[in-house]
Amino acid sequence: MLDAGDWSAIRLTLLLATITTLFLLLFGIPLSWWLARSRCRWKEAVAAVVALPLVLPPTVLGFYLLLFMGPQGWLGALTQALGLGLLPFTFSGLVIASFLYSLPFVIQPIRDAFVAIGDKPLEAAATLRASPLDAFCTVALPLARPAIVTATIMGFAHTVGEFGVVLMMGGNIPGVTRVISVQIYSHVESLHYAQAHWLSGGLLLFSFIVLLLLQRFRPQAGVWH
Amino acid sequence: MRLRVGIFLLLLLLFGNTLLGAATLQVAVASNFTAPAQRLAERFAQESGEQAVLSFASTAKLYAQISNGAPFDCFLAADAESADKLLRAGRAVAGSRLTYALGKLLLWSAQSGYVDGQGERLRRGDFAHLALADPRLAPYGRAAVEVLRALGLLESLQSKWVLGENIAQTHQFVATGNAELGFVALAQQFEGGALNKGSAWLVPEELYQPIRQVAVLLERGKENPAALAWMRFLQTEQARAIIRSYGYGEE
Repeated sequence: MLDAGDWSAIRLTLLLATITTLFLLLFGIPLSWWLARSRCRWKEAVAAVVALPLVLPPTVLGFYLLLFMGPQGWLGALTQALGLGLLPFTFSGLVIASFLYSLPFVIQPIRDAFVAIGDKPLEAAATLRASPLDAFCTVALPLARPAIVTATIMGFAHTVGEFGVVLMMGGNIPGVTRVISVQIYSHVESLHYAQAHWLSGGLLLFSFIVLLLLQRFRPQAGVWH
Repeated sequence: MRLRVGIFLLLLLLFGNTLLGAATLQVAVASNFTAPAQRLAERFAQESGEQAVLSFASTAKLYAQISNGAPFDCFLAADAESADKLLRAGRAVAGSRLTYALGKLLLWSAQSGYVDGQGERLRRGDFAHLALADPRLAPYGRAAVEVLRALGLLESLQSKWVLGENIAQTHQFVATGNAELGFVALAQQFEGGALNKGSAWLVPEELYQPIRQVAVLLERGKENPAALAWMRFLQTEQARAIIRSYGYGEE
């Protein structure tokens, strides 16, 4: 069955996924709004950069993060100058890596929803003297709610399932950076297949439930009555 | 008629590779031995005219693949346990066991002058991170733990450990400077008979159990003359000279 190390990995993974998802929503919703509404010509370039983790192998992303956050990287130099030390091998480092890795899964659905809302509801709100911020909070956000729920579940689930990046960035420290996927990998690699099965089975069940929930929040437009 | 020709050509395209330029033997190689194995395969082709096709992965992955019937003739593992397990399970040929290399442990830093020639830095402990391979997974990690225990530093330094999944990742932690120093394989930093970058302490071999890399002939390769020739080739002086030139010892 599960031992203390496994439970510690489970707790850590849930904590990481929760914090990462909060940051994803905090930054992802405004960024999606900007990507959907802005006429800035750099918009598409920013959208492409955000989508990069979809294409890059996690080990590539992990390796570059290791370089950027290291003593020779500009981010590493910045964090050291601020007295924060270096980010690799810390929980904060993992949060940042997970944030970047899961960002496209949050941006994509929310941005599409904001685009689909179009100008009309916002113009209507403006004629009723709603300020842009007011219109965003009382019109756009409620209309995009299904997409935001989808994005939250996707962001959380994707963070739970990530592996390559955390392995590169985390240094596999118990209680700090050793998450479920790394723990499973260690069990398999050290030929402890029974223990790996328990954790993998749990993760499988979790993923199934998440995907099932996701189906419930899908728009039912394709259904003909 | 044209359809048939088309289908024939398609099949030839799909399987021609395996039919025409038939590989004469398939070797599973532990990834830490990638560079020397490629050099050995080149030399083997010159000597015997046989093509050894190499597949690289971690020893545990290759072990799992072989246990599940992967089509390999020989297995060059990074440890002794995996090969012994295959021998006990009857998946490797009894009597073919061969220690082809001895791994040597190096305490290394990417900064020059950081690690001294006696490992005093380790005793001072004035660093934030010490990288080593995960001792549960990698023989070099187990050896590193033995060294720390022998020096009486196991408890005091444990809070500074960062674990690489394998010795290559451990090396990356140190090479990028994120860990100030770490235990890597001599073979990773050895070029033309000397250390190629940074500073290092070659850990005395009495401080850890030898890291024996064992090769076995697998059941599938038993009847394959090329596989038998490959196992013999590994024991020749020219093969051993290649292995030594990459920073490995021999028994």
